[in-house]
Parts: sequence; structure tokens; C-alpha cells
Amino acid sequence: MVNSIDNQQDILISEFEIFENWMDKYEYIIDLGKELPELDPKFKVEQNLIKGCQSQVWLHSELKNGLVELNADSDAIITKGLIALIIRVLNHQKPEEISKADLYMTSRIGLNEHLSPSRSNGLNSMIKQIKMDSLALMLKNGRNSN
Amino acid sequence: MKSEMLSQTIIPNKVDWDSIRNDFPILSTQVHGQPLVYLDNAATSQKPLTVIESIERYYKRENANIHRGVHYLSAEATFAYERTREQVKDFIHAEKIQEIIFTRGTTESINLVAHSFGKIFVKKGQKILLSAMEHHSNIVPWQILAEEKQAEIRVIPMNPAGELILEEFDRLLTEDVAIVSITHLSNSLGTINPVKYIIERAHSMNVPVLLDGAQSAPHIQVDVQELDCDFFVFSGHKILGPTGIGILYGKEKWLDLMPPYQGGGEMIKTVTFEKTVYNDLPFKFEAGTPHIEGGICLGNSIDYLNQIGLENIHQRENELLAVAYNALKDIPGIQFIGTAKEKSSVLSFVLNGVHPYDIGVILDQQGIAVRTGHHCTQPVMDFFKIPGTVRASFSFYNNLEDIDRFTFGLKKAIKMLV
Repeated sequence: MVNSIDNQQDILISEFEIFENWMDKYEYIIDLGKELPELDPKFKVEQNLIKGCQSQVWLHSELKNGLVELNADSDAIITKGLIALIIRVLNHQKPEEISKADLYMTSRIGLNEHLSPSRSNGLNSMIKQIKMDSLALMLKNGRNSN
Repeated sequence: MKSEMLSQTIIPNKVDWDSIRNDFPILSTQVHGQPLVYLDNAATSQKPLTVIESIERYYKRENANIHRGVHYLSAEATFAYERTREQVKDFIHAEKIQEIIFTRGTTESINLVAHSFGKIFVKKGQKILLSAMEHHSNIVPWQILAEEKQAEIRVIPMNPAGELILEEFDRLLTEDVAIVSITHLSNSLGTINPVKYIIERAHSMNVPVLLDGAQSAPHIQVDVQELDCDFFVFSGHKILGPTGIGILYGKEKWLDLMPPYQGGGEMIKTVTFEKTVYNDLPFKFEAGTPHIEGGICLGNSIDYLNQIGLENIHQRENELLAVAYNALKDIPGIQFIGTAKEKSSVLSFVLNGVHPYDIGVILDQQGIAVRTGHHCTQPVMDFFKIPGTVRASFSFYNNLEDIDRFTFGLKKAIKMLV
């Protein structure tokens, strides 16, 4: 059975297939970035910060009813758009599903090749951080329920 | 493309700037399906065909190790390598050939001075005077030294235009300053510093001065004897040459007293397990097989620059800068970072509510290469309280169409992002 993370990824991949060029893809990513709600300032703290060479990302993850709720923000709008893509795929999923998810959409959409290395690294470190957060939430949850 | 600018500006035609573009093959390539507009010259310059061909020729016909072989090729390569040293000496108007040291680049040159000068001449409690607009390469080597020697870093502040505050410099220049190390031309602001004044004042207190010439060497005629600086450092790759080769100029009186930076071949006269006698200048500071190809081909880039003439280059780049400034200045929300009276070749700016990196990405999609971010000058960004800037930096081979495309591309980016 296809899990819902992969479902979401496949939907996104097909959404991006309709664009003829990268300028249009960027326009879409920028729109997603503009639509992403701003992060509550109380979460915009040093410990939630993923420092990149060019732009900064704040990521706050918490467990609600056994599912991971992701809230994130960036000072750059394209990065924010990328966050929106990741959130669409991983938000409200089980922590164990997130931690083992294979985010093939980044290469299928071409995000890896197309983004400059500094930003692509930013994307990868964002995904890595979400997975680590999910693992931590999973362990914490396990401890609490024991 | 229809030019917005051509009708407004006339650039003197002493040099045929259009045909010069043909000397740079990369300028006719495409990026993301669009003709390249290269405005990241402060990061590295493009290379003319003569330099590119010299690299190929070297490996096809001249490759040999230098300074030690008796055979023909070694002698030829040695001759060519040492010829570049002569050219560099003339390029910066140094007095003596032994004052020209080959390094890997500006960064290594500064590290060399921080290490070898610092070892002898920087003592506990002394001050190392830097400026607020230094590249990280002219900060971190001194911090390492300061930590080791328990010396202190002092910083000459700047005003909001990005000019050094000379009264503050005068105040900071005390008897216990061991060295002043400042940039000649700021890479993130474009400011040309009043180095002549700074050197004169420092020398009146017997304090030596290192000039970071990474940005000035490509754009300004440099005369180290007239400036009277004690050290002048720059990189080959920013003056049309290969990467991995750079220059340290130092007055002989300092270089003589400074211990070697690294040990190895080339830098020795005799070696026994008991004692090694170091080689004479400049070889004392050139341990190991050097970047021979880089050294030889740097000579070709200096030839090329000399053909056009640094005066012409400087004038041309100032004109391009003025045209670009005029094209951008009325864009709503634009704020130029670095508005010094004396400036060159760099246009740095931020736009209200738009992150520099977003602009860089959208410009890149249109085939336009600029630099975004802190440009390895984080303290400058902190001073202006900004995350970074968009920086367009010009070279003589840029043209008015580049500026038109850049202006058009920037406006398009703003439209998408705001």
C-alpha cells in the first residue's frame, strides 16, 4: 500500500510536471512561500534555527495526537516555498513514518540539481532536522507512555 | 535587446571594448538557456583566450619541475616562471625581485605574514589594527595570531557610507600597535580606502602596514613604492589568471627578518639532521614544488592587462559603475550599501522586504550571475544590520547590455518576489 507521504510526494511531482520552465516552477514555489503562515515569534528562537550560508530557517516540531505538527519559517521567500513543499508532505504524519521517509520528490522535481549547492544543502539540512526532531519526539513519546 | 542606456551614455573608444569581449570565450556561453551576464567579478575574473591557451601550451610543451633540473624543459619552465615574477614586480612597481613571493592567493599571503611576521614582531599585549570592512581572510589569521601571542585586535570603525573614520584611526594608532592590516578596496562596499594617509600615519609611529589588494589589483594601478606599504597581497585569479596562485609583496627588510612559513624543498640551501640553512629570498618562503602552471600563466594575464592598461580599465569600470548606479537608483525600496565618495567596481544593495538570496536565484534563472550574501564580511553586514546584500561587481569586459539585462532582470525578480 502506498503510504500517504508518498501519495503527497506523487501529487507534488505531477503538479510540477505541468510547468514548462524553471521560471514558472520558481513562481509557484514563491507563491507557496507567500502563502505559508508566519511562524509564531515565540518559536523564532536560536534553538529552532537552522543556519544556512544564505538564508535562515526556523523549525518547530511538536507531537499532537501522535502526529508530528511542523511549523517553520525563513527570511527568504524561496526557502519558505521549499519549506511549504516539505510541510505539505510531512506535516501531520507519524514520527516513525517521517524518520524513515524517502523524499524522492526532491530529485524527481529537480530541486537538488537545480538549486545552488548552498541552498540545496539548506534543503537537505532542513529535511535532516525534521527527521531528527521526529525521532526525538518518538523516543520522548515512547518514554512517556511506558 | 533594446538598450535603455545606450542613448544616455557615451563611453570613450580609446580601447575597442566590444572586440575585447571576444577574447573571453565564457562571455558567449549560455546559462539556463540565456546568454551569460557575468557580474561576479569581485569573486573571480573570467580568463582571456591567451591565458587559457597558455595553460594548455604549458602542459603540452613546457611541463617540467623548476629550479632544480639541468635539462632543457626544466630550464625553460624556470625561465617562464621567473619571468612572471619580474612581471609582477613591474605590475605593482616593486623595487626588487626578491620582494615578490608566490603564494596560493591573498588568503595564504596574509596567513604567511600573520605567522612569520607575527612570530617575531608581535608581542603579548600589543595591538593588531584592522578595519571594520575587512574580508574574513584579513581577520581570522590575525585572530589566530592574537590568541597565540595574547595580542589584541583593534578595529578602525566606519561611517554609514562605508568610509573609515580617520579620527578614530588616529586615536587607535598607538605606540603598542604591532601592525596595521587593511583592505585597499573593500569587496563588499567598493570603498577605496585612503591608504596613503594611513600608511604615512602608521610609519610616523614606526608601525608597518599590510594592504589587502585582492580587489584593488584588478582595478587600480598599484605602486607599492609610492604607497610605501610594507606588504601588499593579491590573487592571480582576480586579475584574469588561474586560481591557486597569488602574490605576497613584502619589503626586503621585513622578509629578511621573518622566519620561513613552511619547511620543505626549494626553501633550503643545505640540510643536515643537525641544521638546515634556509634559502635566500624569495625562495625562503616558497617551500615545495609551486603552482608552476599558475605562475607561468599569470604572466600571460599580466601581459593582457598591460595591453589594455590599468588606467583605461579603471576608467571603463568607473563608467560602468556609474551607468549601473543610475539604472538602479530609482527602483523603489533600493538601498545602496557602500556609498563612499571614493569607490570602484562594486555595487552592493538591499531591497526593502526582499531577501538578497531570492533575488540572486531569480537573476540566475535569467542567466545573470551576481553574488548574494555576506561576501565573507559578516561584520560589515552586522554593522548595517542586514543579512546580506546583492552585489554586482564589474569588470572592463562588461558592457551596457549587461547592465540593461541586469536592470531588467532585477525588476522582473522584484515583481515576482514582492
